[in-house]
Amino acid sequence: MYNDREQAGACLPVFCATFFSAVGQTMDYEYLFELLAGGVIKGSIYALIALGYTMVYGIIQLINFAHGEIYMISAFVAFIVAGVLTMAGHGGLSVLVLAALVAMLYAAAYGYTLERIAYRPLRNAPRLSPLISAIGASIFLMNYVQLAQTPDFLPFPALVPDFEFLEPVARYLSSIDLIILVVTVVTMLALTVLIKYTRIGKAMRATQQDMVMARLVGINVDRVISATFIIGSVLAAIGGVLIGSRTGQINAAIGFMAGIKAFTAAVLGGIGNIPGAVLGGIVLGVAETLGAGYISSAYEDVFAFGLLVLILIVRPAGLLGKAVRQKV
Amino acid sequence: MLRGGTVVGMSGVAGLLVAASCLLLPLSSLAADTIKLGIAGPHTGDLAPYGLPTRDAAEMIVADLNAKGGINGKQVELMVVDDQCKPEIATNVAAKLVSQGVNVVIGHVCSGATKAALGIYKDAKVIAISPSATNPPLTKSGDYPNFFRTIAADDEQGKIAAAFVTGKLGAKKVAVIHDKGDYGKGFADFSKEAVEKSGKAQVVMYEGIQPGAMDYSAVIQKIRKEGAEAVIFGGYHPEASKLLAQMNKKQIKVPFIGPDGIKGDGFLKIAGKDAEGVYATGPMDVSRYALNAKARNDYKARYGKEPGTFFDQGYAAILAALNAVKVVNGTNYEALGKALKSSPVETPVGKIKFDARGDAEGVGFSVYQVKNGAFVEAK
Repeated sequence: MYNDREQAGACLPVFCATFFSAVGQTMDYEYLFELLAGGVIKGSIYALIALGYTMVYGIIQLINFAHGEIYMISAFVAFIVAGVLTMAGHGGLSVLVLAALVAMLYAAAYGYTLERIAYRPLRNAPRLSPLISAIGASIFLMNYVQLAQTPDFLPFPALVPDFEFLEPVARYLSSIDLIILVVTVVTMLALTVLIKYTRIGKAMRATQQDMVMARLVGINVDRVISATFIIGSVLAAIGGVLIGSRTGQINAAIGFMAGIKAFTAAVLGGIGNIPGAVLGGIVLGVAETLGAGYISSAYEDVFAFGLLVLILIVRPAGLLGKAVRQKV
Repeated sequence: MLRGGTVVGMSGVAGLLVAASCLLLPLSSLAADTIKLGIAGPHTGDLAPYGLPTRDAAEMIVADLNAKGGINGKQVELMVVDDQCKPEIATNVAAKLVSQGVNVVIGHVCSGATKAALGIYKDAKVIAISPSATNPPLTKSGDYPNFFRTIAADDEQGKIAAAFVTGKLGAKKVAVIHDKGDYGKGFADFSKEAVEKSGKAQVVMYEGIQPGAMDYSAVIQKIRKEGAEAVIFGGYHPEASKLLAQMNKKQIKVPFIGPDGIKGDGFLKIAGKDAEGVYATGPMDVSRYALNAKARNDYKARYGKEPGTFFDQGYAAILAALNAVKVVNGTNYEALGKALKSSPVETPVGKIKFDARGDAEGVGFSVYQVKNGAFVEAK
């Protein structure tokens, strides 16, 4: 058997050569810049959802497939709250903040309940069981919203007003794009601080390293895991509100695609690694945008998942997965 | 919009009903000297709603006509057969109609079933007029000189969109985008072909997009880079809304035209302000024709409900057939074909006659534009 990695190494230059020759033919720096800007923004959308995904995995090694559905439900809650507030005569940022708060509250409740019902009973089961339970929870929630609300698309209001100071560069960066970028970076930093320097963060790391031992030294493991799910779900809610007001439409199925892309971003960056999720998201977004911009958008997902395969062949633990020895 | 594909998908169900479906319903005496009008389409099964309105229309028209003395003194006899939109049943019922001496067939309804039956009618020199088979090759291939239809073919929409963009809008560079689905890509392909054939404009960009994606910025930047002066989009309203919202955000202001998949309230609701000024092709407004209102009122009076899908087209097909029989004063195959192509007749879809290949002239699609939050016909 020959060395697989060597073969992958040979494939990579071929891919790069075709890619850059395509770039070279039509070198147009403004276009390239526009694509890069679009790619970074798209990537930070993926990263925003991937952060919660990767955090939950980092602590309890469970791929929470229902994460995308929490994101979707939060968007619905925000949609309803924003609608009610707008009807009651509120406007501007107060609607955004209130809608986001209620959505986060709902998401926290869903995250907590989901863990209690779908994952806690399976904590000592073989690893495959909670995974299947997660997929089941995801399908259940999607269909539940479809039946309880609507299978149609709903127009999500643009909750972020247009900032005047962005007027000159609005072509590259709209106000909602800026907010998503900032929130993604702030969330990444806050999560890192939380896990590295706070009491609960220490408890989370202990739980991740050895659940039995953590319990022996007096950590309430159940509560730590609940907290993990609540934080993860709140992050999904932030994503739901912001991304909903960027795309301008939601329906019961949006969580699926979001979940898949966020999962890809998390794995790309090294699942369980918080800065890795952001890096993975941005690499994914830029790769998709460049591929779509220079080759064909029909193959956007082919570039995304092709890149994932390539990176995992070369670095099986993801981009940042190995550099950080401890996965939290 | 009925395609062959639908038919194949349906063919798993209820083969048991074949025997029952071949029932004939002779409405008047079986005297030798009647005009035998076949009505073929799905009358049972899940596609029945597409076939029943035409059958009902036929019963209405023929009952009235016979009460008034028939055509040139001859009574019209209906021969109703059910093909359930399945090609294999369609060939059976077609053979049955032929063996019983049918003169003209109204049908079939689904494209796949129609194609299966047409060969049998062609060999027997029987004319078939479909109210709903939209598959382009049925007429365009030239294989079936005995086939006529009162509905526009699938490629008409794409042609109309292309003609509008290159003609009225005067675009020289056109971007064609689609959602990679059968419907959207079909429309996009027909549009692209028509733009290229016209020679008036160039397709500078032809791209599929991923339905359900969260962001289309790359495609939108490409529209700007290629300098497209109009966008033809094949797909449904969620993607159209997302594209438009992002185009507006990126300050790309070019006309945008889509197929009837975006011409509806769903699009207006989701796209909101971004919908303003957008063009869409859609079925022509037939409510302005006097005969349309009369036919619909007669139907409501007789059946106590709104007429269903393809009622107008079915009614038109029957009137066209009866008119041809009247003009020819007989049922000679060649003469009937000639009459259909040369003598116009008032129908619920306008005054129609058929072109050399069998497509009704003057039926089809118009272009609409969103103005003040509603679609109005673009003049």
